[in-house]
Amino acid sequence: MAKVKGKVTFKENICKGCGLCTTVCPMKIVLLDKEKINSKGYHPATVKEMDKCIGCANCATICPDVVITVERFTE
Amino acid sequence: MAIVFSKTRGLTDVPTHYCPGCTHGIVHRLVAECLEELGVLDNAIGVAPVGCSVLAYNYFNCDMQEAAHGRAPAVATGIKRIQPDKFVFTYQGDGDLASIGTAEIVHAAHRGEKISTIFINNAIYGMTGGQMAPTTLVGQKATTAPYGRDEALCGRPIRIAEMLATIHGAQFVERVAVNSPAHIRNAKKAIKKCFQTQIDRKGFGIVEVLSTCPTNWGYSPADAMKWLEDNMIPYYPLGNFRTPEEVEK
Amino acid sequence: MAKVLMKGNEAVGAAAIKANCKYFFGYPITPQSELPEYMSRELPKVGGVFLQAESEIAAINMVYGAAGSGARVMTSSSSPGISLKQEGISYIAGAELPCLIVNMMRGGPGLGSIQPSQTDYFQATRGGGNGDYRLVVLAPSNIQELVDLVIEGFDIADQYRNPVMVLGDGMIGQMMEPVEFKTPKKRELPKKDWTTTGTGGKRKPNIINSLYLAAEALEKHNNEIQKKYAIIKQNEVKVESYNIEDADVVIAAYGTTSRIAKTAIAKLEKEGFKVGLIRPITLWPYPYDEFKKINSKCKGILTIEMNAGQMLDDVKIAVEGKFPVYFYGRTGGMVPTPNEMVDQVKKIMGGEK
Repeated sequence: MAKVKGKVTFKENICKGCGLCTTVCPMKIVLLDKEKINSKGYHPATVKEMDKCIGCANCATICPDVVITVERFTE
Repeated sequence: MAIVFSKTRGLTDVPTHYCPGCTHGIVHRLVAECLEELGVLDNAIGVAPVGCSVLAYNYFNCDMQEAAHGRAPAVATGIKRIQPDKFVFTYQGDGDLASIGTAEIVHAAHRGEKISTIFINNAIYGMTGGQMAPTTLVGQKATTAPYGRDEALCGRPIRIAEMLATIHGAQFVERVAVNSPAHIRNAKKAIKKCFQTQIDRKGFGIVEVLSTCPTNWGYSPADAMKWLEDNMIPYYPLGNFRTPEEVEK
Repeated sequence: MAKVLMKGNEAVGAAAIKANCKYFFGYPITPQSELPEYMSRELPKVGGVFLQAESEIAAINMVYGAAGSGARVMTSSSSPGISLKQEGISYIAGAELPCLIVNMMRGGPGLGSIQPSQTDYFQATRGGGNGDYRLVVLAPSNIQELVDLVIEGFDIADQYRNPVMVLGDGMIGQMMEPVEFKTPKKRELPKKDWTTTGTGGKRKPNIINSLYLAAEALEKHNNEIQKKYAIIKQNEVKVESYNIEDADVVIAAYGTTSRIAKTAIAKLEKEGFKVGLIRPITLWPYPYDEFKKINSKCKGILTIEMNAGQMLDDVKIAVEGKFPVYFYGRTGGMVPTPNEMVDQVKKIMGGEK
């Protein structure tokens, strides 16, 4: 059976660290990077375990600042 | 790898001034995507309100006019009547539409103006710092209702969608919410149908969007979404109140 | 060209259509309702749009939207309705949009009366709405002049991207006189490339707006607007005057009052009095310089208005303290008679104040 894999990229400099994306990821891999601060003073959202991403785009759907681009492919 | 989600051409590159987690950003994106996908972006003229989204004229990538508080439907009427083949929309908050602008929205609907209105209902006045709105819930606190909205003093909140649905010229009326990905996807479908009502020249269309104001509600963005679900949706039911097909019957 | 007998309110509509204005947004109010009624009949015939708005407030905002989209557009009302429009007019001036606003004045303040007055001079020339802006204010005294000023008013609005007000009174709106529609003097009108007509994917979005959150930007915007007003002051003053080099008393009056004053002056001349007239036709820009031509032996300027003394202030500014300034006015919708005016002049000549 084909497996759907996803990849998300974040425009970290426009992220406002609101955290909404972290609440809707079914794989629970979206988090705020506490080790980074962007130029606006926020912890930008990020994904460290990209191999778990299924490209559902829930995070991008709820992001108010269109920070996230989502790619998807079927293996 | 195929890109399945990227920024629409309907939004400019200007970073928005909205608070972190403010749902204006979500709704702006849905509106912009619908304008692009329906092929009307290059023919569109939007009317911005007075409220947090007063600067919406910087965010939508189409011609825009800034209206006085509440007057957007009248401004939109002027724009549409002289160039009926253009796509004209207003984007208004609850002070703008449900307080000072009630005459203008009722009469635009009443005349069946072929414009589309996006109504952001977040049960508070955001821009001016959290005063009570006509849509503030009973018991909900606001800076001009410090003890909570008192029904005896100022009545129950106003349900705009239900009210406008009684008007024949209002051919598309739907209430949606943007507190979850599922609701957001439904909201986009409603906005698209609303815009199609204008494109098909059927009449006036409005989508009331239940939205959050984390800053003035005093919640985190995620908690604000929960508050919307638990408190606003029971009072402001989601759903469609009117479509052109029903009207034709 | 044959003259047509027309009622003032309807002549405004006919003149506007002759000037290629195809859009009218308005609301009924006495004494100007014949104008929206005329437009409702005639605009559909020329492919235009007439819309009776839900209020004067809605109407002026429809004008804003249409003007921002490049249309020649107008509205009309009478005093209390013009009060309602002040917010919209300020926005139109701030966004630098062209349009024509007609005010057929009636008695005030508040709901007032339905008879003619000149009680909105302050409102028209001193702002009315918030902010540093001016309306070009045109004051006809008969229906032919009304028609000429309406037609020219649209060109003035387009040339300077500013709202223009035609200030009539209920008498001018209601009376009937023969008129002919003439072509105004040719003006070089700038291209309207700033309008909201859809980008077509070919240009950056145009934004119609009066909000400038950065104070420096708003100051810059205001300075540009003030420069515009300086040019208007230089180029657009209109005034009629006679006998002021020789007169013992000069009457200052505009609109209907000035016509009555001409009758009074004719009567006084028969009795051997030397009386002159300064009749401003633009109330803004005001013809201050005309008053410099008054001979130094003049006993005084008699300002006559259908109000409690509003243009009076501009007359005092104009004479710079060089002459005594007298005032005679009727309020409430009462119209002064020529004999009342004759008596006032005789009082001044007899040394009474």
